Amino acid sequence: MIELKEQKDINISDIIDSVKSDYCGAVDIFIGTVRDNLVGKKVTKLFFEAYTPMAISELSKIADTVKERYKADKVSIVHAVGDCLVGETAVVIAVSTPHRKASFEGCQYAIDTLKDTVPIWKREYFEDGSHWVFSHP
Amino acid sequence: MKILLFGIAKDIIGSSILEQKLTKDGVTSADLLSSLKEEYPELSKLRSIALAVNGEHSLGEEILREEDEVALIPPMSGG
Repeated sequence: MIELKEQKDINISDIIDSVKSDYCGAVDIFIGTVRDNLVGKKVTKLFFEAYTPMAISELSKIADTVKERYKADKVSIVHAVGDCLVGETAVVIAVSTPHRKASFEGCQYAIDTLKDTVPIWKREYFEDGSHWVFSHP
Repeated sequence: MKILLFGIAKDIIGSSILEQKLTKDGVTSADLLSSLKEEYPELSKLRSIALAVNGEHSLGEEILREEDEVALIPPMSGG
């Protein structure tokens, strides 16, 4: 399952179910949630924008690499688009592997690589304004 | 050709799509990126700015055709 969807449509248990496999003894899951602060400033919400077809293609490449490199059976990645309020889920990654170590490592590789290669942009909203993340040096 | 704009690049250029004419043959994506930076100097102040051509991160060497789908990729911040 590789999807971009509105926050309200993200169902974590469906994503976990989507990677379960009789052949695997481990499912590792990473859930990225919206934190209420950034260097002492109060965050009110995040807004995510994506270049959707390319984001899906880059997410699929990550999933393929996790399957190949960490011998994962199934990999699901679901990322939110649009508004995400404090405490809500921004991204979910689930990886099933025969043994536990590879599932942790594959999941970590997936979230780290997502941040570097997937065309999704985050705007942070504060009580006194907003900005696109990482825009300035 | 159409250039798709997202995030801060959309704010800088003030539109979600930019129409750009390829003025000569053999224009590479690196050439296009330089001319965009010249036209919109704010792009050079970003932490990074790159192009994607037909949905793939560009290395700058691709020769562009009118029908290519090009997108400006400001610093990504998913997750």
